[in-house]
Amino acid sequence: MPVTETDEVKELLTQFGKRRSSLIAVLQEVQRTHRYLPQPTLRRISQQLEIPLPEIYHVATFYNCFSLEPVGRHVVQVCMGTACHVRGAPKVLDRLLTDLKLPKLGTTPDAQFTLRTVRCVGCCGLAPVVRVDDHTHPNMSQPKVKGMIRKYAARPETANAVPAHK
Amino acid sequence: MPKITINGIPIEVERGTSVLEAARFLGIPIPTLCHDDGLIPAGACRLCLVEVSGKNGANRRSRLLSSCSLPAEDGMVIHTHSKRVQKARRLLLELYVATCPSSKRIQDLASAAGVRECRFEAKNEHCIQCGLCVRMCQQQMMAGAIGFAGRGERRHVARPFDMTSERCRQCGACLYICPVCEQRCQGSTATTTLCSGCLNFAPVCFQSYSDAMCFLEPCHACELAGPLRPEVGLKVRAVKN
Amino acid sequence: MPRLNSVQQLEEYRAFLSSRASHRPCLTVCAGSGCTAAGAHDVLDALRKEIRKQKVDDEIELKSTGCHGFCERGPLMIIWPDGTFYNRVTTANAAEIVRSVRDGKGAVEKLLYKDPVTGQRVQKEDEVPFYARQKRILFGNNGRIDPQAIEDYIAVGGYCGLAKVLSEFQPEQVIENVTRSGLRGRGGAGFPTGVKWSICRKYAQTKGGECYLICNADEGDPGAFMDRSLLEGNPHSVIEGMIIGSFAIGAKEGYVYVRAEYPLAVEHLGVAIGQAEQSGILGDNILGSGHSFRIQIVQGAGAFVCGEETALIASVEGRVGEPHPRPPYPAQQGLWRKPTVINNVKTWASVPVIINRGADWYASIGTEKSKGTMVFSLVGKINNTGLVEVPMGISLREMIYDIGGGIPDGKQLKAIQIGGPSGGCIPADLIDLPVDYEQLTKAGSMMGSGGMVVMDETTCMVDVARYFMEFLADESCGQCFPCREGTQQMHNILTGICEGRGTDSDLERLEDLGWMMRETSLCGLGQTAANPVLTTLRYFRNEYLEHIRNETCPAKVCRKLIIYEIDPTLCNGCGACVKVCAGQAILGEKDQPHQINSAKCTKCGACLEVCQPKAVLVS
Repeated sequence: MPVTETDEVKELLTQFGKRRSSLIAVLQEVQRTHRYLPQPTLRRISQQLEIPLPEIYHVATFYNCFSLEPVGRHVVQVCMGTACHVRGAPKVLDRLLTDLKLPKLGTTPDAQFTLRTVRCVGCCGLAPVVRVDDHTHPNMSQPKVKGMIRKYAARPETANAVPAHK
Repeated sequence: MPKITINGIPIEVERGTSVLEAARFLGIPIPTLCHDDGLIPAGACRLCLVEVSGKNGANRRSRLLSSCSLPAEDGMVIHTHSKRVQKARRLLLELYVATCPSSKRIQDLASAAGVRECRFEAKNEHCIQCGLCVRMCQQQMMAGAIGFAGRGERRHVARPFDMTSERCRQCGACLYICPVCEQRCQGSTATTTLCSGCLNFAPVCFQSYSDAMCFLEPCHACELAGPLRPEVGLKVRAVKN
Repeated sequence: MPRLNSVQQLEEYRAFLSSRASHRPCLTVCAGSGCTAAGAHDVLDALRKEIRKQKVDDEIELKSTGCHGFCERGPLMIIWPDGTFYNRVTTANAAEIVRSVRDGKGAVEKLLYKDPVTGQRVQKEDEVPFYARQKRILFGNNGRIDPQAIEDYIAVGGYCGLAKVLSEFQPEQVIENVTRSGLRGRGGAGFPTGVKWSICRKYAQTKGGECYLICNADEGDPGAFMDRSLLEGNPHSVIEGMIIGSFAIGAKEGYVYVRAEYPLAVEHLGVAIGQAEQSGILGDNILGSGHSFRIQIVQGAGAFVCGEETALIASVEGRVGEPHPRPPYPAQQGLWRKPTVINNVKTWASVPVIINRGADWYASIGTEKSKGTMVFSLVGKINNTGLVEVPMGISLREMIYDIGGGIPDGKQLKAIQIGGPSGGCIPADLIDLPVDYEQLTKAGSMMGSGGMVVMDETTCMVDVARYFMEFLADESCGQCFPCREGTQQMHNILTGICEGRGTDSDLERLEDLGWMMRETSLCGLGQTAANPVLTTLRYFRNEYLEHIRNETCPAKVCRKLIIYEIDPTLCNGCGACVKVCAGQAILGEKDQPHQINSAKCTKCGACLEVCQPKAVLVS
């Protein structure tokens, strides 16, 4: 609703500062809350920060963190870093594509899973690594994929779950 | 006021002058695609590269830098047509032809740089992402209705959310300034990608049309064909008149 | 934690902490991202419970620390003060560990590191070969301090460098010290840090003094995680370096740009900054010196190119991460067009060490032109994966075999990829190459941020080149033509070669495209993008030719060039492969030899992994 958007954007700008340099932080917050960047929110930000909409659109489509489409309940990120690649990450990725019945990277039709690649989560000693939501799964291999998917499919939304280490 | 040397010619320019401007002042031709005098330089097309050495004999290896974005600094030694620059231009233009064979401007630049074959896979794109349309809309027309979207291979010129913005006044400046879409080259074939007009030394247009298709600016093929093939050159001049 | 209003108060507080330091045993558990993923927090919980259960709360201290570096063997623990080192700790060991410390009767044998060659168990960390050869001047404290406790940092000598600078040095002296030490940027390019600082200071002074400081913690190189480990494990070392730097150039504001994929680093850094501000070490009038400096954390949003300094600056300004042509350099014109010093995490962390122990001491480590230590992430096909800090000039042989423990499964070393996607592959026969900036550049590679990926005979070098090109084509900002189109064209050609469609002209085209990208690209990403391809062409040309001329992949990796088969004489019909087959391509009855239908086979390799009698063959 337009009123809510105005309030939301106004609040975010108060929190982060009504400056150009707050743009990315604001967008990250929106992405976190809504799981994507809704068009009306982007237009509102463009108005409030006085930045031309095409520039906002460019920022929204430039960075990997942002999506213009909603993501699934569980975001599965396969690390495609060099160490993971050398230890078999492409095969794990292919197995995930097959098991999630996805023709390519993206969200499953039932909006349960979004499969993405990510360039290095920094756990190279435990390659190959797959991150689902906030949990890091080390030493992944093809046989482990099915079980992992089954575990998350049964679980409700964990996007805002408290990370494992707290 | 910085003093620089271009191709051995010393010149003193006002602070803030780019090397490209300085070279043009001296009448030295440097090819460009994404440059326009009325717009802030982008340095995106890389055709205006020149070889820059440090002052008083390079203490570092000389580098290729885009002259449009390079402010002249005291002691710079510039070469606009060195072997290295020529090789860079030739390779860049070979790749430009592969990316966008239908652009007359690119075919002309390629011929002038001595590109004789195109070994890369033709991509047949219609945009080289020079950014002129975006900068024109933003800086000259003060509308800012279009911009880039995406990154890397996904990057493209876009209307936000694929909807024409209310800021677009339909002025057509973006079409006007585009170096690719306003004039098509009729000569390139699927197999060679290169127009090859100048290789044949015959205006290629006449194979398909009864008029030369060059409107305001003769194709490089015709320019070459003119003095070397006087009978052809006469025909072209007659058609234009 | 009291507020410290002068250098003297800091020293008094430090003395107080030392005097109070109990000689109680302290159990430290590594809680870096790697060990966390391996279950370190469960171990911590188990130990906490045991300590309470055995009623030794007052006798034994428990602490979680940052990354110790030996990720392969995590979860890791060290018992202070004697330095006993435990590896592969599980929750089941908790009771025994606590009991052994309580009784003081000796270590838990089975948790001690066992040398794979000698079979001997060693007790202390510096007896472990992985650590013995390192010189951990930056990482040494990771195993001792709780990153979320500034007192720990101060107690081990933290902020000594800052105190010295504020009470004894002029800004120009700080710069002179850093220059004399020979410190070079640890982000990849290796530009002399002191020179960068003095350029920035010079430009700032001619323009009214406004300048900025940035810490580049983007660490985009896949395979590199030392910056993360330093920020998670010892954030104060980076903060201290930044404060000293701000004093040297006259900056009042600084930023740490951390990539989005490092939430723990952001958290620990935030806590550390908060504690430093409370103590009077950050903010206005630092330790009563009159110098003010504030640090803000800025998060990345997922773009490798933002590790490039001008793209990073654009990102901080709220723009897309598209680099700027240089010159002008950030030290002349950077953040908001003001002079800006931007350095890597490890560079900043080196500054306090240089001030504390002296520029000459630092310059005594390393080689003639590459001073100090370098931190590498040793990963890939190697036994001891982890983070390694070594003096510059160490040989690759020592890194791989003495520290790294060699290649697993008895395979042969083939290549070492150094420097991430901007670096190159060094072949095994250059194994005696000393590792420093000059030598690596001469060999066609680059130091980069320190990622070192080890590859064995089962790695296809053409596939590696293709992998890097795929990465770069996606991560290229796309602004300049040669990088955007060049990466795509090179990727297409390499894919063609991997799929058996290569032609002889491919190699020449790759070399020409590589030359073009190196000479004409706008920024460092494009300029170095061709390195993986060019180095593999230089050192592994035969492998390319095998793919092109014979349509074979000697390493048996490229899927379109290999076939999976089952040897009927070895197959026992157990059916384990059928269960894991991705394409449902294996047929056979129970206890009868099975067969793979190559039309359906996706070459996923799962069957190879599970086959006990090793009946699956790849050719």
